[in-house]
Amino acid sequence: MLEISNLVKRYGKDDAVLKGLNLSVTGSEVVSIVGASGAGKSTMLRCINRLVEPTSGSITLNGLELTQLRGAALRKARRKIGMVFQGFNLIDRLSVMENVLAGRLGYVSLFQAVSRRYPQEDIERAFYLMDRVGIAHYANKRADELSGGERQRVGVVRALMQNPEILLADEPTASLDPKTSEQIMVLLQGLASEMSLPVLINIHNVAQAKAYTDRIVGLRHGQMIFDGGPSDFNSDALDAIYGGIENPDDDGQDISVSGGVA
Amino acid sequence: MTPEQQQPRLWKKAPFIANPWLRYGLIIIAFAYLYWAVSTIPFNWQRISEGWPRAMRIFGGGFPPAFDRGELMWKGFKESFQIAFLATILGVLLSIPIAVMSAKNIAPKPIYFLGRAIIITARSFHPVIVAILFVAAVGFGPIAGILTLTLYSIGFVAKLLAEEIEEIDWGQVEAMRSVGAGYMATLVYGVFPQILPRQIGLSMYQLDSNLRASAVVGIVGAGGIGATLMNAFGRYDYDFAFAILILIIGIILISEAISGWVRKKIW
Repeated sequence: MLEISNLVKRYGKDDAVLKGLNLSVTGSEVVSIVGASGAGKSTMLRCINRLVEPTSGSITLNGLELTQLRGAALRKARRKIGMVFQGFNLIDRLSVMENVLAGRLGYVSLFQAVSRRYPQEDIERAFYLMDRVGIAHYANKRADELSGGERQRVGVVRALMQNPEILLADEPTASLDPKTSEQIMVLLQGLASEMSLPVLINIHNVAQAKAYTDRIVGLRHGQMIFDGGPSDFNSDALDAIYGGIENPDDDGQDISVSGGVA
Repeated sequence: MTPEQQQPRLWKKAPFIANPWLRYGLIIIAFAYLYWAVSTIPFNWQRISEGWPRAMRIFGGGFPPAFDRGELMWKGFKESFQIAFLATILGVLLSIPIAVMSAKNIAPKPIYFLGRAIIITARSFHPVIVAILFVAAVGFGPIAGILTLTLYSIGFVAKLLAEEIEEIDWGQVEAMRSVGAGYMATLVYGVFPQILPRQIGLSMYQLDSNLRASAVVGIVGAGGIGATLMNAFGRYDYDFAFAILILIIGIILISEAISGWVRKKIW
């Protein structure tokens, strides 16, 4: 179970991006997080696996406090948090199999990683998962030869190789065409229930959020302003989250968010 | 008619230096220095005209080039290639950790400054000056040449590689960090594949460049074909020296062609 309480993130001296966020995710819920660019969705997700350092507040995953971890303890905790990215973030020049096995980098030794001598059970699990998402025949292809949907499948499998206790997906379908992005959503939903894995999905597509997730969380200006089931998510909620956002600052803020991450 | 149409609006490109005093001042200073620099160079026409026949004698003595001492040339070339090859391998291998140290995005600040300091030191002297120092330190011969060109390679390869690392796609590094990979595993998976083509291209270029430089550092005593060339000049064997020069040109053309071809293949 993931428990976020009073999470604050501030980049430099700017206004806080996250202003005391509280969220708890239990069981194998698929939660979608919606909100305009700059609302803090991506920052929240990245605070969980500490790709972004939270300013204050607490995040616990199955009882382990994540915000204070350092060094090896942090890496050990990250192994249990799978992440899927908008831009896939595959190692383009390596094969699909190498990308998938990279999900085990937190577990294997440096020698095993460099010489590609992964344990037999990792290789079997890799083939099993690749079969499950339909990319096993690409095992020896270079990752950059695949189409967008196929690459995101590799990204999902890489995250699942970690044997995660939670899956974070940062706009996993935003770089894909509508049909492929539906397929990825179906896949995430199916895998979550098969592996009884809680999933947090940042998403812009409200229709997909309603169709494929159990719960919708709406963020605006770093605060949660909606939390409920897909059926509760009506046009009022939509207005509250996206309404009246013509402020160019919102886009500017998004740039500073990704800049801070880099 | 509106007033704007009656009065055409003018536009001129803004000057590069806005302050007119500074702008014209710099131009005047530049011309004044140019005049001073040209007028104080000691042009001694008499000496130049005396030197001319001497130059012609050297060139005349060089024709036809004498390729008959092929064995000596081959020995010199072999040593030059040996120097260039070993220096390239050594220099490129050392460049990788130094490049990682000198990349702002993956190295902590103090390490970054240390790495940059190494690169700046390696770059600050021309190989000929470094060769003079190494010849003095380890004596005449190929070892001095190898050390010189290793340092030369580090300065060049590490600098360009560090810049390449600074421009990588950070998403791949983020992905490796998110799976819990350690620093070294992140480097091997998230960084090195991205700079690999550049790395190979630079190594090829450096071999090419070291081969050229090995002829030059040989002149100050660091072994190789340069030493053979220097000896030939010292003994007034101008025809042999010219044969060596032609050989060097030929070798460089060939190596340029090969490295160009390889780089095109792997890009």
